[in-house]
Amino acid sequence: MTTATSARTDVSLIAHLLRRAGFGATRDQIDAYTAKGYEQTVEELLHPKREEAEDQDLMDRYFIASVEARSVGHADPQWAWRLATSQKPLEEKIALFWHGLLAVGGIKLDHGLEMLTEIDLFRRVGLGSFQDILVEISRNPGMMYWLDNQNSHKDAPNENYGRELLELFSMGIDDLGGGAYTEDDVKTAARAFTGWASRATPPPFFLGPFPMEFNFDSSDHDDGEKTFLGETGNFNGEDIIEIIAKQRATARFIAFRLYLFFVADEPNEPEIELLADVFQETNGDIRSLLRSIFNSDHFKSKAVRFRKVKSPAELVFGTARLTDRFDIPDMESSSLANQALFMGQHLLNPPSVEGWHEGEEWVDSGALIERINFASGEVGRTDAPGIQRMIELVGNSNDPLEPAEFVEACLDALGSIDLGNRSKSVLIDHASQIGSFASDNPGSAERTVEMFQLIVSTPDYQYC
Amino acid sequence: MPKNNGHRNKNLVVIQLSGGNDYLNTLVPYQDGLYYDFRPSMGLKGEDVIPIDNKCAFNSNMGPFKTLFDQDKMAVMMGIGYPEPNRSHFRSMDIWHTAEPFTSSPEGWLGKANSLIDPDGKNPVTTVNFGRGLPRALASQGVSVASVGALESYGLYTGLSGASNRDAMLDTVSRIYQPMADGGFPSRRILETGRGALDGADLLREAPSSYKSNVEYPEDNPIAQSLKGIAQVMSAELGTRIYYAAHGSFDTHTNELVNHALLWDQLSKAVECFWDDVQQQGKGDETVIWMFSEFGRRIADNGTGTDHGSGGVAFMIGDSVKGGLYGDYPKLDLSEQLEGDVHFNTDFRQVYSTLLEDVLGIESEPVLKQKFNTLDLVKI
Repeated sequence: MTTATSARTDVSLIAHLLRRAGFGATRDQIDAYTAKGYEQTVEELLHPKREEAEDQDLMDRYFIASVEARSVGHADPQWAWRLATSQKPLEEKIALFWHGLLAVGGIKLDHGLEMLTEIDLFRRVGLGSFQDILVEISRNPGMMYWLDNQNSHKDAPNENYGRELLELFSMGIDDLGGGAYTEDDVKTAARAFTGWASRATPPPFFLGPFPMEFNFDSSDHDDGEKTFLGETGNFNGEDIIEIIAKQRATARFIAFRLYLFFVADEPNEPEIELLADVFQETNGDIRSLLRSIFNSDHFKSKAVRFRKVKSPAELVFGTARLTDRFDIPDMESSSLANQALFMGQHLLNPPSVEGWHEGEEWVDSGALIERINFASGEVGRTDAPGIQRMIELVGNSNDPLEPAEFVEACLDALGSIDLGNRSKSVLIDHASQIGSFASDNPGSAERTVEMFQLIVSTPDYQYC
Repeated sequence: MPKNNGHRNKNLVVIQLSGGNDYLNTLVPYQDGLYYDFRPSMGLKGEDVIPIDNKCAFNSNMGPFKTLFDQDKMAVMMGIGYPEPNRSHFRSMDIWHTAEPFTSSPEGWLGKANSLIDPDGKNPVTTVNFGRGLPRALASQGVSVASVGALESYGLYTGLSGASNRDAMLDTVSRIYQPMADGGFPSRRILETGRGALDGADLLREAPSSYKSNVEYPEDNPIAQSLKGIAQVMSAELGTRIYYAAHGSFDTHTNELVNHALLWDQLSKAVECFWDDVQQQGKGDETVIWMFSEFGRRIADNGTGTDHGSGGVAFMIGDSVKGGLYGDYPKLDLSEQLEGDVHFNTDFRQVYSTLLEDVLGIESEPVLKQKFNTLDLVKI
């Protein structure tokens, strides 16, 4: 392998990592990460600095209606800003992962402030131990309200939370609805979580809601003896979660979900089994699982690159980030949340407790038209610094470029992405209608932008 | 298997009144003293109402509705709703969209209807939505729905500035979205979706060119423009069975007298124009309009507006519709109220069942997951 080829391999691998562990990156950012090396980049992504977000004050000043956000509509701009600008991409990506898995929707919890609190919870603990994550989300007043634990009482337990905790949040069920737990386990879990609820909150005042608070009411908690997954004791909710976190079914389920979210739409059983082993060896340490994913030969292989359909959030923020045009939190960034909505993903409002159906289901015909129009609009923003830089990168190549070289240069400028042979050959045909490319020819910038626009219109670009 | 109870299949035009339309100031109980007691600053009377009978009156901004009503072409569904009403916009709209009051479902009732009408997805414009984003009512796995802002500019790259070479770009994109026989990359499903989207866009963009009408829809009236788009698609005979448009926002917590009046003025004029147009096209008996809102509003006003309530009013319009008032006007007595709202007396899913079977001509049970008796609303 020549040095140049090897360098290009490194760049495309880092680009792949950043698309999966974040929302993609500009060509210059990819270079900066490549200089640090792959494993160092993985570690940096896995350890986002927890610090007081310095842009919160800025957001509060610009998004006035979003302070103590009343509805999810009021809260959207805050997350959209972070997704468009955060320099800690995995922190946002893991929040999106948990938001889809431990899904709470604005459809019932129309409380923007609480929804943002939850997203922040996922930023805070989302890379830690799974057991901690479950305890935190079970103490989350929004979740307790969403799954009716308000109505779960010592003498009349409501099974909703107990069931979803097992079925959707941890152990999962097979295609036939069977699980590694029984109906009795569901009932026992429900009993153990009696008394866990959101404290009654005053109705929203004119400008916003009051923060929700978790409350454990020991007088409404069933403290009796319980048998759960074969263990017996006077279990409270934390004990139930501790038992759940030890189960192989849980290890497998979380490994499976992480695989689908970070690696490929098509599950690979041996890889998922390996991840489940890591889960059990590390007591469900999510950071260790992700490290294992990102450093695996399987993840790095060509077989899984561009084999995951981009969610609307990945498409919208991944493309918008290329423009590098978000200096202040204004309509420009907040409207991105609407774009994702037009494509079928209302960020703070997953359609049900199951979260979103990912993969090819994202791309219906209306959504595809939205995707293509949005993405081609973004890369057509010739006044945006990121797009100007991309045009410059293509122009700086050793021209004149033959049509095939021109297409490759454009793909590289878009963040070292690639297309399948079929789409690529059609684009080369398109470029051949004009012939070779020279940056000092009149109209070369327009020609470059047009190729960017065609690239982001391809079916291939719908994958990351 | 088609199911139409002897009815000829018709096309459905849904108009969603988003935000919660105030029932009491739409269909006004103008002879009920309680109404004026509960609405001291917002009760409509005198010139502000158009009486229907000795109990109910239309809001005075609904003149064209009164005309359709008098022609026996409008069924007014009083007290429509569902059990255990939810007063969140999202959740309640979701319930109307999915017809599932007790569980959350990602599939919409009309999306499911679409897949029964066109099981192989042969026609990319079986359902056409006017608006951005897909209402959940139209969502269903594998169902193509075109979501159109404006027909003339529908499709790819229409808003692109500086696209000097749009035709060449479209030509290239069209070459890329050709489904392959083998299961390569990108997947056949995505290529087929793209093909359907592009074909649908071509069909719809051409629709206005074959359209002729002397009806003048008001320009500054968004719902009128959406309905004009629907009339254009109808005239192009593309096999579209379901049309969808939304109007709002009816979320009149404040300044209701002004805003509610404006919304109904716009809607009435829009429906008047549209129905003229439909008649001119000779499609009056094969077209049914269905108008609903996610909920009604509180019986008592809050000074200048009304808050979220339950129970509402809905309308069905068409030459084939058996006009009249249906259901009972809910009583306003305190003892008859549901937490400050009116009780519903007609489950909206009975109307859905009627629309599915007697209008669209398909089985209602696979869509609604249970059997609801149809209502006698549609002429054979």
